[in-house]
Amino acid sequence: MIRFLINRLGGSLVVLLIMSFIIYGLIGLMPGDPIDEMIAANPDLTSEDVAHLKSLHGLDKPIMERYGNWLSAALGGDFGYSRIHARPALEILMPHLWNTTVLMSIVMALSLAIAIPLGVAAAYKPNSFLDYGANLISFAGISVPPFWLALLAIIIFSVTLGWFPAGGMETVGDGGLGDRARHMVLPVMVLTLHTVGGYTRFIRASMIQTLRQDFIRTARAKGMSDIRLLIHHALRNAILPLVTVVALGFGSLFSGALITETMFSWLGVGKLIFDSILGNDFNLALVGLLFATLMTLIGNIIADIAYTWVDPRIDLAAGAGRA
Amino acid sequence: MGWRRHLVRLGSAACAAVFGFALPPSALAGGDLIIGISQFPGNFNPNINAMAAKTYILHMARRPITVFDADWRLICMLCTELPSLENGRAREETTSEGKSGMAVRYTLKPGLKWGDGQPITTEDVAFTWKVGREPLSGVTVLDFYKRILSVEVHDKRNFTLHLDRRTCDFAEINEFELLPKHLEAEAFAKPAEYRHRSLYETDTANPGLWYGPYRVTDVVSGSRVVLEPNSLWTGTPPHFKRVIVTTISNTASMTSNLLAGGIDYVAGEIGLTLDQAAAFRSRYPNRFKYVFKKSLVYEHIDLNLENPILKDPRVRRALLMAVDRKAISKQLFDGYQPVANSVVNPLDTVYDPDVRKVTYDPSAAGKLLDTAGWKTSESGIRRNAGGKPLRLQLMTTAGNRTRELVEQVLQSQWRDAGFDIRIRNEPARVFFGETVTKRKFPAMAMYAWLTSPAKVPRGQLHSSMIPTAKNGWSGQNYPGIKNTQLDETLDSIETECAPAANKMLWHRLQDLYATHLPALPLYFRAEPHIMPKWLKGVRPTGHQYASTLWIEHWRGNKGGGVK
Repeated sequence: MIRFLINRLGGSLVVLLIMSFIIYGLIGLMPGDPIDEMIAANPDLTSEDVAHLKSLHGLDKPIMERYGNWLSAALGGDFGYSRIHARPALEILMPHLWNTTVLMSIVMALSLAIAIPLGVAAAYKPNSFLDYGANLISFAGISVPPFWLALLAIIIFSVTLGWFPAGGMETVGDGGLGDRARHMVLPVMVLTLHTVGGYTRFIRASMIQTLRQDFIRTARAKGMSDIRLLIHHALRNAILPLVTVVALGFGSLFSGALITETMFSWLGVGKLIFDSILGNDFNLALVGLLFATLMTLIGNIIADIAYTWVDPRIDLAAGAGRA
Repeated sequence: MGWRRHLVRLGSAACAAVFGFALPPSALAGGDLIIGISQFPGNFNPNINAMAAKTYILHMARRPITVFDADWRLICMLCTELPSLENGRAREETTSEGKSGMAVRYTLKPGLKWGDGQPITTEDVAFTWKVGREPLSGVTVLDFYKRILSVEVHDKRNFTLHLDRRTCDFAEINEFELLPKHLEAEAFAKPAEYRHRSLYETDTANPGLWYGPYRVTDVVSGSRVVLEPNSLWTGTPPHFKRVIVTTISNTASMTSNLLAGGIDYVAGEIGLTLDQAAAFRSRYPNRFKYVFKKSLVYEHIDLNLENPILKDPRVRRALLMAVDRKAISKQLFDGYQPVANSVVNPLDTVYDPDVRKVTYDPSAAGKLLDTAGWKTSESGIRRNAGGKPLRLQLMTTAGNRTRELVEQVLQSQWRDAGFDIRIRNEPARVFFGETVTKRKFPAMAMYAWLTSPAKVPRGQLHSSMIPTAKNGWSGQNYPGIKNTQLDETLDSIETECAPAANKMLWHRLQDLYATHLPALPLYFRAEPHIMPKWLKGVRPTGHQYASTLWIEHWRGNKGGGVK
């Protein structure tokens, strides 16, 4: 196990290094920079000012030189300043990361809490009214664009009914737990509806396949109750593919949900990274994207370990995984 | 329907009881004024990074020494009197290098104080100048500060600026953003680190940084800025207990928040576009007060004068004559965005009302094209003697719905006149970052300039301002116009200060622009302000100095009007 972890962590570091180069290069190749935006906001900016600012921010240097400088500083723990926020990149990133993690963790937990029983129930009685209902919810959630769902939620629950705020994270002067929870309801609802469909479909498909297995028939023949059969035998086997899907989604806990964050003015990392890319804020965009990459890699390692817990036949030390 | 409504209310009450949900946010906010803007300021140091969102917020908490008011006239805000040659506060002098310069004397108003009680003095003026001209400090308008050769301090309130050139706008020091020496000197000890160590970034809520009617008391990065009254403000007392400026970048979310009471007012300076606001008004015509303020944003089409077809001034004129700009303004913008006839806004004091106005005249456009050698063909597209079609490429920012709409109308009207217009749009980053700035557009580029009142368009029209690889792509003369008369006029406007003579030169400039047409003027944009009916006293300006500079005159009682 330790050898497996060392190998995977080493590989992850290489991936991170390559990713840092690719991300930096891609952002650097985009035309335009924040100084161009300043020209639009201030007609008194002269050509000399523009040239000076570009030089001050190192925008006149070749991309490789800029990347080399960034990398050597980053290896020393200095991820640099956010150019558009004038603060250290990590200092800007962390509060957004926390907001996103709280939001997305609740969404993921809620989605799984809904999807697992719904998927199991739909698989237990395929082509039943329940199955059709679950499918309808799943496909609606998957196919309806989140921005439209968000807009609908705002119009119904905020504008018409006035139950929840239309956006933001807290009311100025309040900011208590209840107030923050109220602000979280609509984004959580929208994201959960969007996520739950995929998970439900996975669980349903996997359960249907598992329920056709011989060992299920044997267990039934032995007189095992349906509930016990479903939970202790079928679900345990069927959940393995979901572990992979959830692990891949682990990165999204830290990379955010751009559209929902934008619609609800939620201060998440998705919007932050998007804005930093548009604003050519190399340091902030890099730190944000690398963190999301790191978390996805870690999620995959956790998934590998989780396989052994769900299915003890899997031996990580054997290399390929399955014995 | 009644029972359904009751059911909904019952459900709402049940949720409130079970989950402890409270009232909508507007009710919690009490007497606060909540303003929605679409961008969050990247930083708060007034001298570093120019950004409309920052200007809008900081104008509530700081005041420039001089500024253009809502009538586009230069006024004193912190000074007692505008310097002029007549009142003796300005005089010509020779610089140490033997050049023609100016000495301009200002007096700070009495009783000015920073929010921590420290007086605002000429020491702050001298310190600000020192920071401003330091290349490493990251100040945006370094060139403005460098033009000030020295600051001569006479006493606590009087100072003289020695300028490196003699220009007519010597009194205008709107960009001189005062910094509190007693707080910022330490951060400036290492100039290269100043932009990171400035208290405006590290301790934004420090009262000593502010001296307007409000001061910044809370900042949630990316979300909101809270301002509360500054007890040391000596002017008209501000009305609102708190002003909360909240950022909502999505348009639909912004309007939903307005309807739900999450925000009271969508700022015209940095809120919705005109078509979005017009669409909102058509749905809720009586619920809010709508003010469409004509602005200094000049929407136009730059013509690449190196293009063989556009080199001919007859073709350029025909292009303008073949477009019904009045109809575009009326149909697409409800007439709120007036047709532009020159680079100068009709509301500007230097505007020439007799400037040559090109009206919609497709038959005259056709005759001009005939004389230019572009004859009609069977396909409807004109061709020259060599059979080459009258084909031009029109570019603008992709995704900008308003511009794309205008583009389609233009294409259709030009098609009727025999032009074959090919549209190729690019994302704003590419368009502004590469195509326009490096003059890579083959024929026409549609975009907008933001100018100040009576701002000499030297950067856009002088031949020395054509961006090239050699000059590092500096300058904004993207059409590439080289005209001696235009150059001479631009040079003279800056130095000929006698009002009558100066005005004549402005008129000449507008005439030359209308004659040579380096760009096709389309219209001046309007700022759409959507405010609650109870809010009074807001005077939108239409230029880059926001209406919040006069926020102490804003009045209104949330409970007393339609909500």
